[in-house]
Amino acid sequence: MSILEVQNVNKSFGGLKALQNVNLSVEEGTIHAIIGPNGAGKSTLLNCFIGKLIPDTGTVNFNGQSLLGMKAHEINQTGVSRVFQTPEIFSDLTVYENVMIPCFAKRDGSFCLNALNRVKSEAEIHDKAEHMMEDVNMADKKDMVASSLSRGDKRRLEMAMCLAQDPQLLLLDEPTAGMARADTNNTIDLLAEIQNKRHITMAVIEHDMHVVFSLAQKISVLAQGTVIVEDLPENIKGHPKVQEAYLGGAH
Amino acid sequence: MFDKFQNNDRMLMLFFIFLVLAGPILLAPFGAGYPDLLQRFCIFGIFAIGFNILFGLTGYLSFGHAAFLGVGSYSAVWMFKLLTMNVIPALILAVIIAGLFSLLIGFISLRRSGIYFSILTLAFAQMSFSLAYSVLTPITNGETGLQLTLDDPRILDAANTSGSLPSTNFFGLTMNSTAKFEFFGMVFQFNVGFYFCAVMLILAFYLAMRIFRSPFGLMLKAIKTNQNRLNYTGVNTRPYTLAAFVISGMYAGLAGGLMACTDPLAGAERMQWTASGEVVLMTILGGSGTLLGPVLGAGFIKYFENIFSKINENVLHGWFSFLPDGLEDLIVWVLHFFVGKGWHLTLGLLFMMVVIFLPGGLLQGASHIIDWIRGKKQSSSTQISNPNSMPAE
Amino acid sequence: MDAILLQILNGLDKGSAYALIALGLTLIFGTLGVVNFAHGALFMIGAFCVVTLQKILNLSTVAIDPTKVDFLGNPLKVKTPYIVNWFGEAAGSAIINWSVPLAILFAIPIMLLVGYVMERGLIKHFYKRPHADQILVTFGLAIVLQEIIKACYGANPIPTPAPEIFRGSFDFGVWIGMAENAVIYPYWRLVYFAFSALIIGLVFAFLQFTTFGMVVRAGMADRETVGLLGINIDKRFTIMFGIAAAVAGLAGVMYSPINSPNYHMGMDFLVLSFVVVVVGGMGSLPGAVLAGFTLGILESFASMNEVKGFFEAIYLPSIDQIIIYLVAIVILLVRPRGLMGRAGVMEE
Ligand SMILES: Nc1ncnc2c1ncn2[C@@H]1O[C@H](COP(=O)(O)OP(=O)(O)O)[C@@H](O)[C@H]1O
Ligand SMILES: [Mg+2]
Repeated sequence: MSILEVQNVNKSFGGLKALQNVNLSVEEGTIHAIIGPNGAGKSTLLNCFIGKLIPDTGTVNFNGQSLLGMKAHEINQTGVSRVFQTPEIFSDLTVYENVMIPCFAKRDGSFCLNALNRVKSEAEIHDKAEHMMEDVNMADKKDMVASSLSRGDKRRLEMAMCLAQDPQLLLLDEPTAGMARADTNNTIDLLAEIQNKRHITMAVIEHDMHVVFSLAQKISVLAQGTVIVEDLPENIKGHPKVQEAYLGGAH
Repeated sequence: MFDKFQNNDRMLMLFFIFLVLAGPILLAPFGAGYPDLLQRFCIFGIFAIGFNILFGLTGYLSFGHAAFLGVGSYSAVWMFKLLTMNVIPALILAVIIAGLFSLLIGFISLRRSGIYFSILTLAFAQMSFSLAYSVLTPITNGETGLQLTLDDPRILDAANTSGSLPSTNFFGLTMNSTAKFEFFGMVFQFNVGFYFCAVMLILAFYLAMRIFRSPFGLMLKAIKTNQNRLNYTGVNTRPYTLAAFVISGMYAGLAGGLMACTDPLAGAERMQWTASGEVVLMTILGGSGTLLGPVLGAGFIKYFENIFSKINENVLHGWFSFLPDGLEDLIVWVLHFFVGKGWHLTLGLLFMMVVIFLPGGLLQGASHIIDWIRGKKQSSSTQISNPNSMPAE
Repeated sequence: MDAILLQILNGLDKGSAYALIALGLTLIFGTLGVVNFAHGALFMIGAFCVVTLQKILNLSTVAIDPTKVDFLGNPLKVKTPYIVNWFGEAAGSAIINWSVPLAILFAIPIMLLVGYVMERGLIKHFYKRPHADQILVTFGLAIVLQEIIKACYGANPIPTPAPEIFRGSFDFGVWIGMAENAVIYPYWRLVYFAFSALIIGLVFAFLQFTTFGMVVRAGMADRETVGLLGINIDKRFTIMFGIAAAVAGLAGVMYSPINSPNYHMGMDFLVLSFVVVVVGGMGSLPGAVLAGFTLGILESFASMNEVKGFFEAIYLPSIDQIIIYLVAIVILLVRPRGLMGRAGVMEE
């Protein structure tokens, strides 16, 4: 069964057609990779899922429910989380606080006037936050201010924040960009584990083919705003259209 | 010493209560131990604490908070005129009306952020100010200001036969009654009005502390650092900012109500945007986003306003009389720009200095100095860079 | 018809002042990305340039004229300005009489210098700081400038009359073929409007037709790219700040006969000018000018008795006091970019 169903999505910025008749269908419980040269429209496509952009035409359905016209926080509350290409974290707060916020958002919904509770005495939130930080190997950095983290750590923090929400669908925009080889491998293991243990569906934009072929069960190739191929990984390797797109976009 | 207190809220609270209650004794040697000034410390302290809940936590810079202060004052005076001279109903009404008013203005203004939000609040405040002077004269008594009169109904109070205006009271305890003690040639004044304001300040501070430490407060801080992320985390930021706006509006209403309690009149000039600017100055000067900062900033400004504006050229000549005449005259001439009526010049300069060099306010300055002294003492131990050295809370 | 014309004319002078200040604010915001709350103070400094020049021109020698006595019976002290001594009676008094227009020459270098010092000394360090910090520091600067002026010139307004031939009013209606006495309008206000139009025209021409202006406009649109071309933008932006300061200063110089200079005039105009800028659209120069005149004229219409009466009938009394704010609020809510603003400017 497909959890995310995208049909005929078009989006243009002025004269630039960033997305043209994009169709995409993400199966529940799988990792679906979206690859393509820079500027192909991959991030723009994700923006259309989370309420950051509204497509000019087309439909985006999540669990059979249309996401179009919903506000960003409403979309997130239905179970879609996203890790951004440039990390979006609460840079003035500590790592620990960063992780607690999605825990609160998950428990209390989009608004809760709990002005007289104490953060300190919220045991369940603390347990969950500690847990999340262990999952991404950041427990030792929990009291650091987020802005002082390395780029790779910021991304892992953002991943922990998204996972803390127990999303049904996790969107990842180049999760390993800027990471060292070892960290990249850790991330691959982490994502694989998440999929196995928690059965979270994932859509991953990735340039690193090692990551893509280690994880993905399905791959869509985007070039100049259109999906040129959607197929299993083994069929993507050496696909002439894909090679053409990459070579054509490379120079 | 501040870090320790930050980590230990109970200590901070006790320390604060002690400072406030002992104010008349502690401040008497500095010439600030008289009721009028002490009351102003408390009132502006409350105003600044409330403003800080909005600006310090969410980063929304309102230039219109004086409007809520003014509304609070008007509501309180009306309560004194119509119902009773007891301060409690007056304060309740002041807080409620200011809350409703801020709900309305906040609801509209918070649809925008950044400078647009600042300008919207500014426009609303200026509009209220103009209206208070013109059409609303039946309610505000225009330029004269709203005052008590002998033939006000005051339906709950016994008929006034004394022929003079009644004074505000707390269940019979008159606000302006003062007990004076002389001790070693110093006069200590314990005033009912001050202690009433002091209790309000302590309550206001306690509530602010609870908000700072609550999940709600955490969300407000998150709004300040990355509103987008919060939206993509499933949080609807608008009601949070609106709640913060209304809470801070209610604080301003309480401060305005207290102003009327200590001196039962209300005028439109309290609503002008320069008055809004003043609370911004207090908060930034003390340290926005910190708990103690705004109170310190308010006390600092009100204290030095009082001291500086009393200094005149004669006083200066007295201070520098030990210098040769020419030099004395020169120094006095330079300094006289900064004292007396020139106090605002000093304030403006100080404020600029703080924004330029100490964005965390005086509290940050203090903690830098403390760190520096500590660093000197333990120069042998390795210096670990501490990301928490900013007094974030 | 003539009533409407009169209101439009009445709105023009205030509108011109708004437009000039808002133009400078927008230049600074558009080029440097700085929100300058001290811009009103520049307007005020301009007005006080006139006061200063007037004081200098009126420096006098004092001689005792034994042949005459004053009302206390003492010998009369006669003051003769140095100017009169030097240039003779006719030329000397003419110079004093024309001190307001002369102050333009006096104010331009002063304002350029003030702008230069302000930008290099303070604003420069705030390019990378958040807008809230910029607002705060320039707000502090505005207080300081205002207090310095107050310390030097006192708290009372100082009258600075226009040259005598512009002092009266004239029958504008007759000029354009209407009935006599229908539209009476003071000369100086017309001068002010013409002057503002000239300055606005000059600024636009400068930006449009000089290479310097082209670079600045390109920089306003996309700072990074222009920086990449190896053009030293910062230096040009400093000059731009000086020009913006001069525009605000000249607006103040010429406004001084309409409204006697006082130390808080900067703050009074600042709030309104900001409203003008956001209504026009943050960062749009034509928007600032358009909004300045529109709001000035709207304000003047709102003070008409008929209009007031109409709004009172729909329970909106004293519309003249609040019209600008009301318009600003409505525009910000329904069209957050203002009349002519680009999307996304200052939205974060
Ligand atoms: N907000 C926007 N406004 C205008 N153009 C945009 C915007 N966002 C993206 N684009 C353009 O759309 C195209 C696709 O961008 P993007 O989705 O970021 O590509 P990528 O596949 O590298 O993530 C690019 O040409 C980019 O310049
Ligand atoms: Mg991208």
